[in-house]
Amino acid sequence: MKCKFKIKGLDCANCAAELERAIQKLDEVENANISFMSERMELELVENDKGEIIKKVKKVIKREEPDVTIEEI
Amino acid sequence: MKKKLIKIIISLILFVFSMVIKFENVWINNTLFAISYIIVGFEILRKAIRNIFRGKVFDENFLMSIATIGAFAIGEFPEAVAVMLFYQVGELFQSYAVDKSRKSIANLMDIRPDYANVYRDGKLEKVNPDEVKIGETIVIKPGEKVALDGHIVEGKTTLDMKALTGEALPKEAEEGEEILSGCINLNGTIKVEVTKEYGESTVSKILNLVENASSKKTKSENFITKFARYYTPIVVIIAIILSIVPPLLIEGANFQDWLYRALSFLVVSCPCALVISIPLSFFGGIGGASKMGILVKGSNYLEALSNTEIVVFDKTGTLTEGVFEVQKVEPIGISKDELLKMVAYAENYSNHPISKSVKKAYGKEIDEKQIVNSQELSGRGIEAKIGEQNVLVGNEKLMHEKKIEFTKCNDIGTILYVAIEGKYVGYILIADKIKEDSKKTIAELKKNNIKQTVMLTGDRKEVGEAVAKEIGLDKVYTELLPDGKVVKVEELLKAKSEKGKLAFVGDGINDAPVLAISDVGIAMGGLGSDAAIEAADVVIMTDEPSKILKAIKLSKKTMRIVKENIIFAIGVKIAVLILTAIGLSSMWQAVFADVGVSVIAILNALRALKA
Repeated sequence: MKCKFKIKGLDCANCAAELERAIQKLDEVENANISFMSERMELELVENDKGEIIKKVKKVIKREEPDVTIEEI
Repeated sequence: MKKKLIKIIISLILFVFSMVIKFENVWINNTLFAISYIIVGFEILRKAIRNIFRGKVFDENFLMSIATIGAFAIGEFPEAVAVMLFYQVGELFQSYAVDKSRKSIANLMDIRPDYANVYRDGKLEKVNPDEVKIGETIVIKPGEKVALDGHIVEGKTTLDMKALTGEALPKEAEEGEEILSGCINLNGTIKVEVTKEYGESTVSKILNLVENASSKKTKSENFITKFARYYTPIVVIIAIILSIVPPLLIEGANFQDWLYRALSFLVVSCPCALVISIPLSFFGGIGGASKMGILVKGSNYLEALSNTEIVVFDKTGTLTEGVFEVQKVEPIGISKDELLKMVAYAENYSNHPISKSVKKAYGKEIDEKQIVNSQELSGRGIEAKIGEQNVLVGNEKLMHEKKIEFTKCNDIGTILYVAIEGKYVGYILIADKIKEDSKKTIAELKKNNIKQTVMLTGDRKEVGEAVAKEIGLDKVYTELLPDGKVVKVEELLKAKSEKGKLAFVGDGINDAPVLAISDVGIAMGGLGSDAAIEAADVVIMTDEPSKILKAIKLSKKTMRIVKENIIFAIGVKIAVLILTAIGLSSMWQAVFADVGVSVIAILNALRALKA
């Protein structure tokens, strides 16, 4: 299952890369891709309750980069 | 951003003031430095404290805070302020540059129409473009965007197509002509009958492509983020070792001196400038390309394009116009017009594309009463009686069969020999026209290190080979069915070198499978062809082959900028680290290695935007 998000509030390209690695570590996320320049995040999730997984992703974001917000598109 | 700028300016004034005017009591100067520091650095300190609690010790804010607080502690006041101040200047500059190149892509979004004026119940209504249905009539006034695809039913005007195709010259359009959404109406008011719903129209196809371009990362970008991942911790660890080990081991070593070196290390340890300059360059490259009417679906394709080794072209519609036209009319003993008329009359009842092109070239009404009799002779031509005359129109075979003496013509294309009352009166040549810039493009591609240019076509051997020779291609494969093209491209993919890439250029019709298996699939004449926009990695909005050359050149320029930035930034940082470790360089050089390098790398990256 693939989903795309708008991602706002990233400070720098390195922070984006670190956040991407942190989200990638979640078991439910098969692949994460954050583009700092286009402010997009693409997630490939395992087939499961999507709402739950996104909650987990948001939790990681809150821990790593509290100023960052995401919005699904 | 403005707030940040004001802070920087105030802080800078205090800093310069305190540097220039030396008070007798040194603490007045020091207090001024401290105030200047807090104004500009408060935000960084706040984030640093927050990040320690989250265990992020290799965070930029934290490293900068330690470096500057440390500098204060050992009494290096000006250095402490300068590090923070210039760090912030660098950050500001960075966000300015990022903003600027994001805007260049966003400008492309400017083609989005906000409304359409539609006729309903005899009245003109302003509605959202996606509420307009096929068959409705919309009115476009001067200065407005064309909201939906359609054809003009009334009025004439000139259209600005720049946002769509990169073409600077406005295009004339009049009644009956198809127009595309996304152009801007320049002077006349026109009425347009809508032929596509908004979701299917050109403008929303393009916007969709730009917004959803894949964010696949390039190899260079992955390299640099990986580098940053190890670089920062290593530099920080060396800094800690520098501050502890030498003072303990070397006799007479000054702890303060080594701490100063260690703090300078921290200043150089920040990786951000390095990391940002790479995606920024690619983003710039994509923006620059879109200005020329070349849409690239991701930076990875730009990277691949720069390594192109083989370019494979489809023939019809790509290197040639794909439209059959009468190229030559060579009469013997009668007038050109008479010859053309005879053929047009004889071919009148045929559905063949050739008949269409002849009628188009003739351009006059056909008086069907004059056609007494017309009979198609399969595989040979037509025998007709027009007025009082017996007319034969067909190929060599027909002429031989009817024992008519004629001179064989060796031109490439379809040749129609004509005889009236058993006497040869000339021929008409019908052929697909080679595009104006095809030949030049192939020659230029070779100059730009493309090793092989190949043409694939479903057309006959003689025609395909003649066209390939005329244009100057290295190889040509003819009489291919669509799946034959896939097989040929697979063979070529196997034969190329490992690093080199294969780019396939097609017009998007029947090309989708080949576009998909190529390293870079380029669709030409993207305006209007839906399949092309979906299957391709690069979409060229116009149908000029020369744009391929431009795209390859731009990709190479972008890659050069990327490489320059990697080598320059890493080089300077490592040089300053070495100089600092042996005590030859001060914190001022460290500031340059951090901020100076990032500003230069960003300026360099912005060059990619200028296509």
